[in-house]
Amino acid sequence: MASLKDLRNRIASVKATQKITKAMQMVAAAKLRRAQEAAEAARPYSERMGAVLANITQAIGGGGDAPALMTGTGRDDVHLLIVCTAERGLCGGFNSQIARLARDHIRRLVADGKQVKIICVGKKGYDILRRDYASLILERVDLREVKTLGFVNADAIARKVIHLFNEGGFDICTLFYSQFKSVISQIPTAQQIIPAAQASAATEGGNSGGAVYEYEPEPGEILSDLIPRNIAVQIFRALLENAAGEMGAKMSAMDNATRNAGDMINRLSITYNRQRQAQITKELIEIISGAEAL
Amino acid sequence: MAEAFKFELVSPERLLVSEQVESVVIPGAEGEMTVMAQHAPVMTTIKPGVVTVKAASGKEDRYVVFGGFADILPSGCTLLAESAVHVNDIDRADLARRIQDAKEDAADAKDDVARSRAEQFLAQLTTLEGALLPA
Repeated sequence: MASLKDLRNRIASVKATQKITKAMQMVAAAKLRRAQEAAEAARPYSERMGAVLANITQAIGGGGDAPALMTGTGRDDVHLLIVCTAERGLCGGFNSQIARLARDHIRRLVADGKQVKIICVGKKGYDILRRDYASLILERVDLREVKTLGFVNADAIARKVIHLFNEGGFDICTLFYSQFKSVISQIPTAQQIIPAAQASAATEGGNSGGAVYEYEPEPGEILSDLIPRNIAVQIFRALLENAAGEMGAKMSAMDNATRNAGDMINRLSITYNRQRQAQITKELIEIISGAEAL
Repeated sequence: MAEAFKFELVSPERLLVSEQVESVVIPGAEGEMTVMAQHAPVMTTIKPGVVTVKAASGKEDRYVVFGGFADILPSGCTLLAESAVHVNDIDRADLARRIQDAKEDAADAKDDVARSRAEQFLAQLTTLEGALLPA
């Protein structure tokens, strides 16, 4: 049985841990608010972008001059997966959920005899995927040094992806990230970005009211400028959602940890008090029986 | 007084302007254009330059944008800028960095098309710098 001193030490150490988890929870809460604001501020842009893209695709009407980024290469042999995760751990199942979704996807593709390439954004996803698929990972984008996520970060990734596409490095590109639903629920999501999912064209349509646009320069030229930008926007949105989701997950994970530490302190204190009482009783008995023997 | 319409200036990070305006001057890729209410639907790309917004209240604001798109409808105008800042907040160092980047791009360009595009971009940036920062 643990001695009183051991118990005291245990309690002290659990208390210290509790303080840390509590501080982390509060930090996560503050960061979550900021991340959420950033995600919200970015929403108008991606929404408008979607609407503009829908208009212009309608105008072109799937004509022959649509750029390859939109129509794809017509094959689906080589898949590129962009797996976005957090840079840090201690956020519950957040990272492993995304990684699991990606891994299932990879397994399915490999079983179908497709070639898979991976770009990891964030350290944690890289750590997890490296175990099984180290040979497939092309590159790892490190955002640890980045304090506030800017569009430039997303743009840099998008540029790499587009460059790779133009070199014929892959046929289909899918983005893995965690959709921020609420503080307690983040949904790992796979989204195909190249070729651009056809769904975006179908959702809009009523927006322009069938207005006939004039284009300056030609629609094809605008589109070839717009599509790469749209990819950057999609990645940016994924990164922002991820940042918000990470903080949400971290907040609830740390909240749990704080509560567990509290429970543990209670249990340990009870054991400690019982044991102390037992010892006092024992000492009293010894004194009394000693006095009686006289 | 001219009729007002809705103008929105959006950058990927945030929504900068969303208000009723009288006219907007947009640095279109093929020349500057002034947009007023009931403009014919136009979609255009934007070169780096200054957007002048004349609000319905008569107040005039100027924003520096670095490339993007404008989606113009009779009912309103949306400007999707790659990056946009108010003219008062422009950062000399940032502009200098962009010019430096553009110079490198022009130097690294692999083929003629890319080079001429990069050089054009560089020229636009330099003009912008000249217009904004009187030596």
